[in-house]
Amino acid sequence: MTQGVFGTSVKRTEDPALLRGKGLFVDDIKRHDEAAAAFVRSPFAHARITSIDKSAAEAMPGVQAVYTTDDVRSLGPLLAQVAIGKLRPLLADEVVKHVGEAVVMVVADNAAIARDGADAVLVDYDPLTAIIDPEYAATNETLVHDELESNVIHTWEAGEADAVQELADREDTVVTSLKMVNQRLIPTAIEPRGVLAEWQHGYDRVTLHTTTQQPHAVAGALALTFGLPGVNSARVIAPEVGGGFGRGLNVYAEEMLAVFASRELGRPVRWIETRSEASKSTIHGRGWTATATIVSEPDGHFLAYSLVGVADMGAYSQNFSVAIPVLGQFTMPGQYKWEAIYWKMDCVHTHTPTVDAYRGAGRPETTFYVERTVDAAARDLGMDPIELRKKNFFQPEDFPADTLIGMTMDSGDYGSNLDILVEKADIKGLRAMQEAARAEGRYIGVGIATFVEACGLAPSGFADAGVSWAGYGLPSAFNESAVVRINPDASATVVTGTGPTGQGHETVWSQIVSDRLAIPMERIVVIHGDTKDTPMGIGTGGSRSVAVGGVAVAIAADRIKEKAAKVAAHLLEASAEDIVFADNGAHVAGSPDKSVSWTDIAATAYQPHKMPEGMEAGLDMTAFFDPSNLTWPYGSHVAVVEVDPDTGDVDLMSYSAVDDCGNIVNPMIVAGQLHGGIAQGIGQALFEEAVFDEDGNLLTASLLDYLIPTAADLPSFDLAKTTTPTDANPLGVKGIGEAGTIVSTPTIVNAVVDALSPLGINDIQMPLRPKRVWAAMQEARS
Amino acid sequence: MEVSMTVNGREVSGDVEPRTLLVHFLREDQRLTGTHVGCETGYCGACTIHLDGKAVKSCTILAVQVDGANIMTIEGLASNGNLHPVQEGFWERHGLQCGFCTPGMIMAAVSLLEDNANPTEDEIRHGIEGNLCRCTGYHNIVRAVEYAGAKMRGEEPPPPDWEEGS
Ligand code: FES
Ligand code: FES
Repeated sequence: MTQGVFGTSVKRTEDPALLRGKGLFVDDIKRHDEAAAAFVRSPFAHARITSIDKSAAEAMPGVQAVYTTDDVRSLGPLLAQVAIGKLRPLLADEVVKHVGEAVVMVVADNAAIARDGADAVLVDYDPLTAIIDPEYAATNETLVHDELESNVIHTWEAGEADAVQELADREDTVVTSLKMVNQRLIPTAIEPRGVLAEWQHGYDRVTLHTTTQQPHAVAGALALTFGLPGVNSARVIAPEVGGGFGRGLNVYAEEMLAVFASRELGRPVRWIETRSEASKSTIHGRGWTATATIVSEPDGHFLAYSLVGVADMGAYSQNFSVAIPVLGQFTMPGQYKWEAIYWKMDCVHTHTPTVDAYRGAGRPETTFYVERTVDAAARDLGMDPIELRKKNFFQPEDFPADTLIGMTMDSGDYGSNLDILVEKADIKGLRAMQEAARAEGRYIGVGIATFVEACGLAPSGFADAGVSWAGYGLPSAFNESAVVRINPDASATVVTGTGPTGQGHETVWSQIVSDRLAIPMERIVVIHGDTKDTPMGIGTGGSRSVAVGGVAVAIAADRIKEKAAKVAAHLLEASAEDIVFADNGAHVAGSPDKSVSWTDIAATAYQPHKMPEGMEAGLDMTAFFDPSNLTWPYGSHVAVVEVDPDTGDVDLMSYSAVDDCGNIVNPMIVAGQLHGGIAQGIGQALFEEAVFDEDGNLLTASLLDYLIPTAADLPSFDLAKTTTPTDANPLGVKGIGEAGTIVSTPTIVNAVVDALSPLGINDIQMPLRPKRVWAAMQEARS
Repeated sequence: MEVSMTVNGREVSGDVEPRTLLVHFLREDQRLTGTHVGCETGYCGACTIHLDGKAVKSCTILAVQVDGANIMTIEGLASNGNLHPVQEGFWERHGLQCGFCTPGMIMAAVSLLEDNANPTEDEIRHGIEGNLCRCTGYHNIVRAVEYAGAKMRGEEPPPPDWEEGS
């Protein structure tokens, strides 16, 4: 397969190994003489450690070492890319600040002994008052960290509060306001986190296999923490990784601690998270409480929008920390034209696990607020929610469109996209069906939500705005690098700085190269997730991989093409401008018989004496790509639900979507990203929530209590697309990893509220579990 | 304790601690790392294997409990290098992304189709309910099982349902 593979559903090259159980995940890679780590974790959300008795553990056969904060304090706290707020000590230092915080590390000959050892460590605690509610934390009545002046570690603010208020105060305007919680979630990748650390004594270098989405950031943190000569001494490898969703867009204490133990013991050290640890020591997501307000004219013309609230950061800042809400700020206005806007988000510490990037990171939150409130405004105005949206959308002629939040959106035709959904999902028919069902006393709801996403992070100038991104000692930037190498035998190697966790980069990057160079897919190998092979990489997240990393691959391939055309021209005695690539070789345009194979081109390129005069040997090109703007995918989704009035159970009957992510390299993979994203957003709407009791105990620490959607909970998804390319990159691609998650949550909640609107219900707090829905119905009826 | 069993058609034995879970015997002693551990508590299904022809979660069983049993793991599913129709279905219909749930999901699906050669979508969804996937939203897993079912019945599988074109 060669040219023409761009835009086709090529089967994934990743799959043959994974289907046979031959994929190598962290826990599948074994080392001779490896040791295993286990942790003693805090059962309290806030407590003073009064004593630690390691003696029983140390005496156990097979236990190699028991470490506390005294052993690792000199390494400093866990570094964060955006280092605002309190950083995490590698092991709890005197006071524990959240349930699940690591207090003691036990290293033993195998994992079973390490766990037994951890059970044998006796830690005494003196419990202190835990602050769990972020709104209470924001009052500063009690401090989460005595050494900080305020629990509010950062405030994002934009727009003009006064202007919004003035419009709200006008007598002829309609004000719709909803205070809603966008609840805390646990990412729940199916593969637990894991590390395998190998300190090489003598060389004083380290190799770390880890379940990360950003190997280069981990290497930066290792180099600083261990005082290495540079990142060249820390090789970080993300092998097959069983799910990302943002939990791997981080650097974790266990990564540093396993490296420390390996250095101390002179043995490879493995740590694999248990599911219960995954719920407390891996980052959480979302966790916003905010009030959204829309001011409209009685005819539905939108005037102003404000979103004001608090974002829970948990006890310690890691990686992006306060930068998550600002990603939401980008899309805070939605797809609508406003005359005034105001946004303020306080980022607060609480005695809970760290909150950081979870699929969508900020954008699902702001999209939820605006899309829920638009629906509520439609009810207040007595208008159809579709018509209200269309009336206030940016129009095709507005693009590139400047928003009041200071962004320029690249391209879009929101109205047509929504029209296609209306047609395709037969929303008129659905409304008629709903009407008939209501007459029978059934509660059927039709929920619509639309969205625009800011992804393809980002023009590197963004790294200079607002907060510093330099916490890992690496230059702040958001570009990506790629290497394309034609080997002497004419096979091709592509090296990328992205860190895929199931997104199919091997396939898609091969398609991009095959398309440009006419080299068959099966002759291309893609190497990713290894810092040894790439100069830099920001990683996979923010739906940025194809729009930044994939484009870098395309540019590197084009550079190969330019040089290879000269080699081919030399061999064919033609001019380089006339050379075209096809069928695993090159020929003179218009004369397919005047051709030369890639084998001949490569052979020539690696024999200096056969090369054109003055041309250097080799076919190896590196490219860096920095996009000129974010990309702005968008779409329209509709869900149909039926609520059981006796139980409050929500049955999701159907789900349809029309998405626009610009040009598409592999439609099959795009559909898969949408399916998974939609399912995750549905999970937030209907099932998922990290629940703490008032003492800060996590009540949802197992898969029995923290429910993610199963196959039986979901319908099949009916997808369609429109295509509006971006000009932010030469491929015209926008990104699709998060779209589904961003919009499906408000789609579902809008549907359930629509079903219950005859009862006068205007909002129900997520997740819409039967008990809560039933209670809302009871309350409305009485 | 000594245990012996047949794993993927091969007689194997080992000396294990009584508390060793079957999944750890397979992964650590037999180095069959295709069977994954996602929770170790019976909820995720990543560790699903076949025990005497039935899909079970191998983290819920001790190795010593299956002495003498016949075990098949994902590594034993393809025959003579040819993918089983369920494996083929997952490849053809993009039934996997990260691939971590995949071995367990495939073993569950094979068992499902052995019990019910022509399942409805609903039956497929309920049949794999005990296997969690965080990547695919299950849509393409259902399509993959439909593909495999058709193949195993000697029928033409339904075409893919994604819209082609860039
Ligand atoms: S590992 Fe066995 S069910 Fe999760
Ligand atoms: S493919 Fe990743 S969990 Fe199923």
